[in-house]
Amino acid sequence: MTIAIEIESLVKRYRLGVIGHGTLYRDLQSWWANLRNKEDPNSKIDSIENDQEHILALKNINLKINEGEIIGIIGANGAGKSTLLKILSRVTTPSSGLIKIKGRMASLLEVGTGFHPELTGRENIYLNAAINGMNRKQVSKKLDEIVDFAGVKKFLDTPVKRYSSGMYVRLAFAVAAHLEPDILVVDEVLAVGDAEFQKKALNKMKSVSQQKDRTVLFVSHNMESIRSLCNRAILIDKGKIISDGKPEQVIETYIANNLKNTKLHHIWKDKNTSPGNDIVRLQSVRVFQSEASKELLNIDVSKEINIEIYYWMLKDGQRILPRIWVNNSFDIAVFESCNVSPMSKNDDPLFAKHLESGLYRTKCTIPKYILNTGNYLVSIIISKYPFERGGGYLVFEKNLISLNCIDNSDLSNFGYYDRLRGNIRPQLLWETSKQKIQSDL
Amino acid sequence: MKIKENKIESWDLVIKSKSGWFNLNLKEIYLYRDLIYLLIKRDFTTFYKQTILGPLWYVIQPLVNTLVFTVIFGKVAQISTDGTPPFIFYMAGTVAWGYFATCLTLTSNTFVTNASIFGRVYFPRITVPISQVVISLFQFLIQFIIFLCFLFYFLFKGADIQLNNLVLILPLILLQMAILGLGVGILISSLTAKYRDLTFAMTFGVQLWMFATPVVYPLSIVPQEYRMLAALNPMTSIIELFRKSFLGTSSIEIVHIIISIIITVILFVIGLILFSRIEKDFMDTV
Repeated sequence: MTIAIEIESLVKRYRLGVIGHGTLYRDLQSWWANLRNKEDPNSKIDSIENDQEHILALKNINLKINEGEIIGIIGANGAGKSTLLKILSRVTTPSSGLIKIKGRMASLLEVGTGFHPELTGRENIYLNAAINGMNRKQVSKKLDEIVDFAGVKKFLDTPVKRYSSGMYVRLAFAVAAHLEPDILVVDEVLAVGDAEFQKKALNKMKSVSQQKDRTVLFVSHNMESIRSLCNRAILIDKGKIISDGKPEQVIETYIANNLKNTKLHHIWKDKNTSPGNDIVRLQSVRVFQSEASKELLNIDVSKEINIEIYYWMLKDGQRILPRIWVNNSFDIAVFESCNVSPMSKNDDPLFAKHLESGLYRTKCTIPKYILNTGNYLVSIIISKYPFERGGGYLVFEKNLISLNCIDNSDLSNFGYYDRLRGNIRPQLLWETSKQKIQSDL
Repeated sequence: MKIKENKIESWDLVIKSKSGWFNLNLKEIYLYRDLIYLLIKRDFTTFYKQTILGPLWYVIQPLVNTLVFTVIFGKVAQISTDGTPPFIFYMAGTVAWGYFATCLTLTSNTFVTNASIFGRVYFPRITVPISQVVISLFQFLIQFIIFLCFLFYFLFKGADIQLNNLVLILPLILLQMAILGLGVGILISSLTAKYRDLTFAMTFGVQLWMFATPVVYPLSIVPQEYRMLAALNPMTSIIELFRKSFLGTSSIEIVHIIISIIITVILFVIGLILFSRIEKDFMDTV
């Protein structure tokens, strides 16, 4: 396999603070000293990594990317993903290190870059393609395809300032995707479009890479699209690559890293600052299984899981709805629940009651054999009653608890060594019986 | 940090930290020639789509300037115009200077006005100032036609004007102005990218430069011993040559022209060097 991109000890240092205030003289001084190969009178003796004027956005990145790979780059905000893409697409230069690239590269760092509102869709297609290094002849050949993909045929000669934001995004992506680059660099631009377009765009990226061994680099916070699109993922954290490999593994590492601080037991000491508002505030959240007192590390899926929420009601006469959301480690919803009767096995005695102020406890029990092995994230929510669609949250602690589930049942006796497939691991009813053979035949 | 070049494999692009003095890629500019064309077209269409008064403004501006100069410098200060009618004398200066000044002001804002697009996509940055130098030609063309109208009017009236075959070098004069405007413009744009306060000095600077150039006065009133000094200003020879070809009066000497060309080239090269250095990591300073 041939290498499309090779990155060698890449470092990017940013200068912090206000630039240009009284630095003209100093810059001239440094420049003059440099010119004579003397020591820069303004250079700092501190370590480069942590001086106060500079920040290292990328620290020694080494990476080889093969032709035809679709690489997903993940990492928290500020980890250095976008800096890497910016250097790759030559918007800025590295402070040191080297990147070697084979083939033509096109990048889509932001939707509609270089679109001029006064120009028509057609004019913008040509301009945008030219900005990305395509000539008019090439665009003319591709024009129909681009227009078809973006679905803006009717508005081709309308100034783009009259376009809806969806049309704008579609057109911009269509141009970039049809540039036929050997390497396509896409920053998180697809987050803007609607679900249908996102799907279309992901498919397009997939087909782009499959056709002619094109390489795609793709930054996203959407783990699901990384998983379905990419055949390799890279996790960047604080300017370093900390994981590189199959998307599943890398995403697991990412989630696990995020969850290092997530405990099974949360207590808020201060009644005034704990999560919530002036109606209700959390006091504590706790997860326990049968041995109530023991500090849990792992959750055994063969036992019930209890989630206990303690909260202060700060006003009299309020009606609330305690809820939980359970997501898997890719942050995809597994299920949600609350104490309304169709979702509750029993009748919660205080369901939908006007509560007087005071400390309350709500316990939710997840039956055994619901969750599968692996990480699950539980969000704790208290919302107003009656239920308001997509709103009315009084408390919303997203992914507050991480459940690291293990399966202690003796599956391995039956030859099952891997994780069972799926997000849930229900125990179902099975029945096999021998049938009498009818003598019809 | 030194890294050995891999000689066995051939790479299409090597991204390094900025190093070396001069790495303007001429081949790349050629590859992006369509972009230059489209940028010109963009500026042209958007300009005329937005303002009806746009083209009219091009006509009014030099006329008003010429009138003001005629009154103040011609009538009040009574500065010599080498025997040509003051109105056409000042107009020649204004129109020629106008092209240079427009090139200069437009290109000197390159980084600041294009910061958002430069931050998101790579293309040779120099394409933007090049397109602006070309688009300024339209403005010059309009003003030049007005100038020609007045010129023929004065000729018809029998004024002392010797239109001569030096007019054939007009394209060369324009080329030198374009190169000078581009060179100084990108030089200033590189400086303003880092030291923003220089932007405020721009308009002021352009005006000062105009008065240091024989626009409102002929070179002939400059004492002989200071003429070489005046010739260090490359615009001196350009304006004088322009007037020599259309009006036939000038005290420009061949040595002044050579100095002017040399300085133009020097400024242009310095501009290119600075520009090619700044364009690399300009985005980090925004």
